[in-house]
Amino acid sequence: MTRAAILQARDLKVRRGSAQVLEVPSLDLRAGEVLALMGPNGAGKSTLMLTLAGLLPPTAGELRFRETPLQSRVDREAFRRRMTMVFQDPLLFDATVAQNIATGLKLRGVSEAERTPRVKEWATRLGLADLLDRPSHQLSGGEAQRTALARAFVLQPEILFLDEPFSSLDAQTREGLIEDLGRILAETGTTAVLATHDQNKASRLAHRLAVMKEGRIVQVGGLREVVNHPEDPFVAAFVGMETLLKGQVVKCWAGQLSLRLRKGPSDRELLVFGEAQPGQTILVGVRPEHVALSLQTDNTSSARNAFPGAVTKVIPRGPFFKIELDCGFFLTAFVTAQSLSELELRPGRQVVASFKATAVHLLRKEGLDTEL
Amino acid sequence: MDLIWEGLRKALELLLTLDAEVLRITLLSLKVSGIATLLSVMLGLGLALAVALNEFPGKRLVIALVNTGMGLPPVVVGLFVTVMLWRNGPFGFLGILYTPAAIILAQAVIATPIIAGLGLAALQHLPPGLRLQILALGATRPQLVWLLLKEARLPLLAAVMAGFGGVISEVGASIMVGGNLKGSTRVLTTATVMETSRGNFDVAFALSFILLILAFSVNAVLTHLQQRGRRS
Repeated sequence: MTRAAILQARDLKVRRGSAQVLEVPSLDLRAGEVLALMGPNGAGKSTLMLTLAGLLPPTAGELRFRETPLQSRVDREAFRRRMTMVFQDPLLFDATVAQNIATGLKLRGVSEAERTPRVKEWATRLGLADLLDRPSHQLSGGEAQRTALARAFVLQPEILFLDEPFSSLDAQTREGLIEDLGRILAETGTTAVLATHDQNKASRLAHRLAVMKEGRIVQVGGLREVVNHPEDPFVAAFVGMETLLKGQVVKCWAGQLSLRLRKGPSDRELLVFGEAQPGQTILVGVRPEHVALSLQTDNTSSARNAFPGAVTKVIPRGPFFKIELDCGFFLTAFVTAQSLSELELRPGRQVVASFKATAVHLLRKEGLDTEL
Repeated sequence: MDLIWEGLRKALELLLTLDAEVLRITLLSLKVSGIATLLSVMLGLGLALAVALNEFPGKRLVIALVNTGMGLPPVVVGLFVTVMLWRNGPFGFLGILYTPAAIILAQAVIATPIIAGLGLAALQHLPPGLRLQILALGATRPQLVWLLLKEARLPLLAAVMAGFGGVISEVGASIMVGGNLKGSTRVLTTATVMETSRGNFDVAFALSFILLILAFSVNAVLTHLQQRGRRS
């Protein structure tokens, strides 16, 4: 389903001093979607977001909100009353929770009689009903960020900008907040732009992903598309595809191909689903959650890649463990605590890593000889 | 010790009997320093806002100048204002030298940098993202300024108190541009200086107590405003 673009950016450029900090030829925000801007610190997520929100006038380029160009300061001021933004810091006023939530309505001249029920409604939806009279400086980090979200949602914004809204919270608080935010976004159908450097958060909230690097969008697309088919090594690494392998195509048949890895065992080939020409050098990626570890080769499936290797590192990752392996090439796998003890995984342990041909993602076919 | 006790007794007597001359001096002090502070709040806060909300070349220099201005010696201000207002000086045509207006002018020159400097620090101390957050909530420019001032009210009122404290207690400039003329430009500080030099310690004490009470009362009101609604 293609929905109408609510906000369109064309040829956006932002310069700071002599440095070009943002260059976005084209970006559309569709009505009702949650678009995540992802990238490392300094990639330009916040700059793009501030520009899209009309809070930072671009050096060049055009911004259209519902087909109307935002050119003058008056246009941007009018636009500012139809969107709102939540930042990494809650940035609450030195006032009570209720007064904070009411701020935007008050600025719009909404009467107190109309304000009160709306403030109460949103305080309740964000679990703040009992804290309405509490001064903001007595709130916990999670409560403060919930107040900031209530202050935004109460305005019924046509676009909600969220600039790393969970970064300063502890993991447990963050979980609850992401869950509530996801539910409210779905219930209200609010169009939102979320800046984050964390793929997990993006996956849980966003419909589309735009991956940014050095002020540019390097890939934009549906969540699954970007996560499973990153277009280049940067995006791949960013969306958690930790193993990238380069090799030469040996054979192609029926949408499959076999690959001789440049660094790796010479007697085994890698099976990949995809199209390429024999002799071509291609780059493929494997996500750690698609790699299974066992103690012996499992021959039940023909479409399976299996490589013996040695464990080099065991790294705890939340409820999982990340295992780094040396199979002649570098490979990572996620295992549960149970598998960890059953397989007695520790550095030096010999195991077999297997993954389906469909789990190997073809990233790029050309221009590889000069890189990596 | 007798001198002090006698002074206290006399002061109490002057206060309780509401001596006409003392009352006039007190009211004039309050009026002159009050108006001067008010002017300084307008000028100083305006300057602080202009500097805090805008980026321009030489911003640091302006801040450094304002901060230096916070320490302007009143006698230097007095000299400067006197020369300006002197009969054949640039503003001599105004004919306000040795009038309360001249004292107000001099005191405003003293208090404006104090309020501008402390006010600027107060505004710059607000979280850097707050301005964008307020704009993102849909504020117009005047609403933005109002919310920022409200958010910084604690240190801003401290700035006002510092400005008022600076001028109500100042004597050098007042005596130079006002002349300590009885019934016209005599304020609490200039009267205290005069009575002390004449050896009338009891009257001087009385005036000093009044000055202290005045300063305390004004600051008590401002402190009440400042701390209103804070529970911790």
